[in-house]
Amino acid sequence: MIKRPKPERFRLRRTMMFMNAQKPGLIKDAYIYGCDSIMLDLEDAVAENQKDAARFSLYHALTTIDYGDTEVIVRINGLDTPHWQEDIRVCVAGGADGIRIAKCESAQDVKTVEAHVLAAEREFGVEEGRTLLMAALESPKGILNAYEICAASERMFGVAISGGDFRKCMQTKFDPSGIDMMVARGQMLIAARAAGIQCFDTVFTDLDDNEGFEAEVRQNKAMGFDGKSLINPKQIRLVHEIFAPTEKEVLQAEAMVSAFREAAAAGIGVFTVNGKMVDVAFIPGAERTLRLAKACGMYEGDLV
Amino acid sequence: MQIEKNAVAGTLESSDAMVTVEPGTNGIELDISSSVMNQYGRQIKATVLETLGRLGVTEGRVTVVDKGALDCTLKARVECAVFRSCDKSAAGIPWGGVIK
Repeated sequence: MIKRPKPERFRLRRTMMFMNAQKPGLIKDAYIYGCDSIMLDLEDAVAENQKDAARFSLYHALTTIDYGDTEVIVRINGLDTPHWQEDIRVCVAGGADGIRIAKCESAQDVKTVEAHVLAAEREFGVEEGRTLLMAALESPKGILNAYEICAASERMFGVAISGGDFRKCMQTKFDPSGIDMMVARGQMLIAARAAGIQCFDTVFTDLDDNEGFEAEVRQNKAMGFDGKSLINPKQIRLVHEIFAPTEKEVLQAEAMVSAFREAAAAGIGVFTVNGKMVDVAFIPGAERTLRLAKACGMYEGDLV
Repeated sequence: MQIEKNAVAGTLESSDAMVTVEPGTNGIELDISSSVMNQYGRQIKATVLETLGRLGVTEGRVTVVDKGALDCTLKARVECAVFRSCDKSAAGIPWGGVIK
């Protein structure tokens, strides 16, 4: 049996690719694509009369296939279905890194799932607290309650918006400018940052519209998202490229962090690097750039 | 477990297997066809029998149409078919117990 290492609550999650847990051809080698996380789906991708079969398939995939460094998250069925409790049992028993709560609308939804996860950890002898959680916000109510959802549990690592359902609720449709979901994305990002967790954008479903996809990913990065949900491996590379810092940003960040450490040791608070003012407020951002650069193979130093 | 009624699990897609179980009184009657029969026929048979043994199934007709499934998929399909035949596939599955 494959024993996955203890999941990290905060790790690099630029790309999170959905896979139907019922389809062996998809899940058997999902780690080869190089996405940061895979999202094995028990929810919408699985037909109502195959929910049971998908769990057997998921259990053996989780315990047999070595996904390596790729994080393995499972999207469970909504709390308004008869499926979610058994979904949680199989995720925990199989050792999934995390669970994505579909159609999350309140902190209570998170707490309900958390209670069942804890019960399952006890039932299957899994370390308590090991299984992480993330929430998908798919409705106006979910967006309005974003902060309480983000802050509902120590297991929560992130929150994502689900565009299809959200646009349906708002009686709007996809717009290339992003105006259709601008406020919702913004509110979710603010809530996630206030709670100190990560934030992921929805999928882009038109696989033939490369320009539209690139524009959306650039907007995601500009807005401050940590990553994006994907539906096809061919989308991975572009997201990794766009989310990677530029060489100039890496050099500047490196200069700032090393200058700050020297200055702080010498008792200096504010100074300039390459003509730009730097003080302590800039340092977490610069360190984050260096960590991202390291993950992208662009930085090999020891400042982070 | 006993096979109580006819049940099916799996598909005929590539990398999958379709497993049909039917009640019987003559021990395990196993019928396997596979797109990779020459290379993996014995391995498939061993995995199916091992899984049935783990579930305590001693009687019934089991038909496997394999399309190149990995062992973990074969196990999942056999288990699901047997649990479906007893109407027990939806909840309370002994993960990590007889399912492993």
